[in-house]
This record gives sequence, C-alpha cells and structure tokens, in this order.
Amino acid sequence: MIKNISRKSSSWQLPEHQVTDEGVYLKRRSFLKQLGFVGTSALLSSSAQADWFSKNELTPFVTKPLSFKNSFKSEDVLTPEAKVISHNNFYEFGTSKNDPIENAQQFNVNPWQLNVSGEVGKELTLDYDDLYKLFPLEERIYRMRCVEAWSMVIPWIGFPLAQLIKKAQPNSKAKYVAFETLYDPKQMPGQSSRRIGGGVKYPYVEGLRLDEAMNPLTLMSVGLYGKSLPPQNGAPIRLVVPWKYGFKSIKSIVSIKLVEKMPPTTWNILAPREYGFYANVNPQVDHPRWSQASERRITSGGLFARNRIETMPFNGYEEQVAHLYKNMDLRKNY
Amino acid sequence: MTGKLIHSQVIFSTKFLIHIVSLFLLCDLYYQAVNDRLGADPVEVVLHFTGIGAFNLLLLSLTISPLAQYFKLPLLLKFRRLIGLYSFVYVLCHLLSFLAFEVQFDWHLFINEVIERPYITIGMLAILIMFSLAITSIPLIKREMGRNWQKLHNSVYLASLLVGLHFYWSVKSEIIEPSMYIGISLTLLYCRKKKIIRWFK
Ligand code: HEM
Repeated sequence: MIKNISRKSSSWQLPEHQVTDEGVYLKRRSFLKQLGFVGTSALLSSSAQADWFSKNELTPFVTKPLSFKNSFKSEDVLTPEAKVISHNNFYEFGTSKNDPIENAQQFNVNPWQLNVSGEVGKELTLDYDDLYKLFPLEERIYRMRCVEAWSMVIPWIGFPLAQLIKKAQPNSKAKYVAFETLYDPKQMPGQSSRRIGGGVKYPYVEGLRLDEAMNPLTLMSVGLYGKSLPPQNGAPIRLVVPWKYGFKSIKSIVSIKLVEKMPPTTWNILAPREYGFYANVNPQVDHPRWSQASERRITSGGLFARNRIETMPFNGYEEQVAHLYKNMDLRKNY
Repeated sequence: MTGKLIHSQVIFSTKFLIHIVSLFLLCDLYYQAVNDRLGADPVEVVLHFTGIGAFNLLLLSLTISPLAQYFKLPLLLKFRRLIGLYSFVYVLCHLLSFLAFEVQFDWHLFINEVIERPYITIGMLAILIMFSLAITSIPLIKREMGRNWQKLHNSVYLASLLVGLHFYWSVKSEIIEPSMYIGISLTLLYCRKKKIIRWFK
C-alpha cells in the first residue's frame, strides 16, 4: 500500500503552523567511498583525489541572511536544510548527488550579471545587489518533485518571475521565455569534463511558455531557509517552477530572453523521448524507464522512513495551473 | 611439511580477510543508512553501493582464472568461490533493499517494475542466474552435477554482460562508468575466448 503522509489539503495558502523536522543529521562522506569501492570512477576521479588532500583547506561558501515576508505556506513537513543543500542535481559540479556541495564551495557569485533581453521594450541588466533589492522578497514553501521520483519540501525565498518580466515590458512577439545558466568551465568542472558533467551539452538551457512564466507560482529564487542560496542550489539566482519536474528549475541564471519560438531545453535535447518541453508533474505519464505514479519524499529518518507517497497531478498545484493546459494532450506534451 | 602449513595458513588468512572486509563494508553501510548518516537519501546510496559492490566482486571473481594462469599462481583459484558468493550476498542485499526501501513492499509496483522496465527485467534475469550459481556451489550439489556444473557456471559471463546492460540503462546520462564496466566484462570474456570456442564445438 502506498502511504499518504500529511497530504490532507493541497492548498498552499493555508498559514498553517510549520513543523520543521530537523532530525539529528550528520553529513559524512562515506568511509566506503573514500576507499574507492563505489566504483572505478571514484578511483579515477580527480575530485575524489582532491578530497584526500585538500578538503580541509577549502573555505566553505558563505551565505547571508535575507529579510523577506512570509506568504505561501504548506502543510507538508519540511525537508531538513542539511538535506536540501547536500542532495542536488547540478551536473555542472558533478553527477553524484553529493558532488555539488563538495565541488561548488569556491563558486564566485559576486559580481554577477543577469540579462533580460529579446522581445522586450526595455532590456535589463541586474547586478548582484539588484537580485536582492529590486523586488520585495517573500518566502514560499513549495514541494519539489524530481523526475527521478524523489521529492522535497523547501522554503524558498525570492520574487515572482512575472514582476521581472513586466519590468522589461515584453512586446507582442514574446511567446516564450528562454533561460541560460552561467557558462564558465573554469569554475564549473562539469562543463570542462564530459566525465564529470555527465555528457550534458553546456550551457544548460531551459524554457517556459510566457503564460507559464507569468503564473504567480513561478518564482525567481535567491535564497532558502532564510539565507541566500548556497552554490549547489543554484546561487545566486535560480528558477523554481513547482508544478514541473525539477530539471525545469534552472540554476545560476545569467540570461533570460523573451522569444517568439519554443526554445530548446537541455534534457529534451539529450533524450527527447524521455524529457519533454513541458515536463509537468504527471502521475499518469511514466518516464520510459520508471514509474511516475509515486515518489519518495525526503525528510528526516534513515533507511526505515516509510516515505513513499502518491504523486499528485501538477505536483498538487492543479488548482493554480491546470487551466494553462486546457485542451492539450498531456500525454503527447509530456 | 612446513611449506604446506604456510600454504594453508595463507589460504586461511586470506579467506578470513575477504570475510571481514566484505561483511564490514555491508554492516557499516546499513548502520550508516539506518541512522540517516548517508547523505540525504540513504536508499539511493544503499542501492548504488550494493549494486556496484556486487558487480565489482563478480568481475573480480572472473579475473581470478586469467590471473592464476598468467602468473602461474593456482593458489588464487582457492578464493574464487568465496568472492563469487559474496557477489551474490551483495546482490541479494541490492534486491532486498530495492524491495524494502525503494518500493517499500508495494508488491504491485514491484511486479510492474520488473515487467515493464527493461533494466529491471534484465537485473532480475542476472540475479536468477547468480542465484543458481550460488546454490550449486554447495560442494555436495557440485559433485552430483558432474560435468553439467561447468556448463551451468559458464553462464556467469552472460550474467556479467546482463549486469553491464542493467547498469547502462539505469543511468540518466552518465554513461562513461557503465561503459567502462561493459568494456571490462567484454575483455574478461575475450580472455577466455579459447575456452568459449570449445564450448560451442
Ligand atoms: C531484480 C534485480 C535487480 C533490481 C530490482 C535492481 C534494481 C536497481 C535499481 C533500481 C538501480 C538504480 C539505482 C539508482 O540509480 O538509484 C540499480 C542500479 C544498479 N544495479 Fe541493480 N538491480 C537488480 C539486479 C542487479 C544485479 C544482479 C546486479 C549486479 C550483480 C546489479 C547491479 C547494479 C549496478 C552496478 C547498478 C548501478 C549503480 C548505480 O548507478 O546506482 N543489479 N539496480
């Protein structure tokens, strides 16, 4: 039987009391992995070797506290912060879930430039300080569903993408929004090595339809758990589209372009049969190689956490976004 | 006389070491996982570790004959059975962890996955082969089987290729590591090519 934990209501506006489930949680790189037993790649990988010698010398990335107002709450139990920042798919820093936290600590986010261009009346360039100042920041607790069938609940801090787009005054030709991650192979080892980067073509690109981008749920996030984003979560600024699989929520963005035609997207280029442009969370449409009907919710608790729950259409945000896809065949437009 | 004694001492201590290392790694893995000290998602780490561990041990057991021949060290053959059996122990943990912690005894989901997902179907085939090899390595059964034993155990090469494919199909885009494993499996098969040609004659 599939168990349903804390899923009585899917509404995201209830100002419910939040239960932070902060178990005793120690991040420890497994002794076993250091033995290189996990696989030949660990033995050959220079990053694994770097660990042996230089791990203690590296200074960790410093995040800063942010001020924000609370707006969207959820009833779901939060994923502990330590897990949110140590279990990341960010292939620019390596393909294992714990590679980004280990390889991204030296990532430099200041200075930063985010350009908004394309079919707009007013091109914008946001620098590092603008990211936190241009719009009032708010906290939003969203479910995040990965295409690999695990999920988290994360308190993001950011502003609606719609505000940024409006400021740039899109013209009538603007139909889609194309996003691009920083391309900097010196800082992002996955971009200079096919082995570390998992064979993905860089820079990472993503896209949304304009009405998806303008939906009030769509967030530009600059922080989580009350602080600015750590690099492994996409510092300094990333997208969060909570009703779509996680890979749509592109990290460390340098360019947002309003365009007329549907833009190419990274995972779709890599495996078009497996990852579509829309990538809406949909328990009825399986990934060709695994089921999407249920997911494992990552909270605290070890191996015996009974964390398998049913996946909800649009990740539980049906009420807010289903109208965007009226009359569309969601099996074809996966 | 003393030569023989040293000989059996070496065998004993090496086997002891194989037991200790294999069991220690497994116990440590589950201990860390149960206590939530294995990263954010211990289930993924456990599946990964037991899967790769089983494959490493399987390939190691297949390397023994060529090594023993090449270096004229028949002593090595004494450890082949034990390493093969530990490969099976690891893969059993892999399967049981999948059932208990990944699909969490949702039998409907489990059966669907085995039927519908080619990489799981192939994993199941490989595990069935490995099961039959493990069972028939009991000395009594081995003796009963006579020449059929060797025939059955030749299918270990098929298992290694199936596991390579299982690995390759389980990843999203990181195909370099599984490709290397498939390469190693094919190389080991190539090492025994004379023998294989003989089976088919
Ligand atoms: C019914 C049998 C099997 C099932 C249900 C099964 C299940 C799985 C699953 C779900 C994964 C993906 C783990 C992940 O990506 O998170 C996986 C990976 C893997 N399995 Fe199996 N497996 C089976 C048999 C085998 C056998 C017989 C072997 C080897 C002797 C094996 C070795 C591996 C390896 C090396 C990986 C890749 C490790 C990784 O990338 O995580 N599996 N298996």
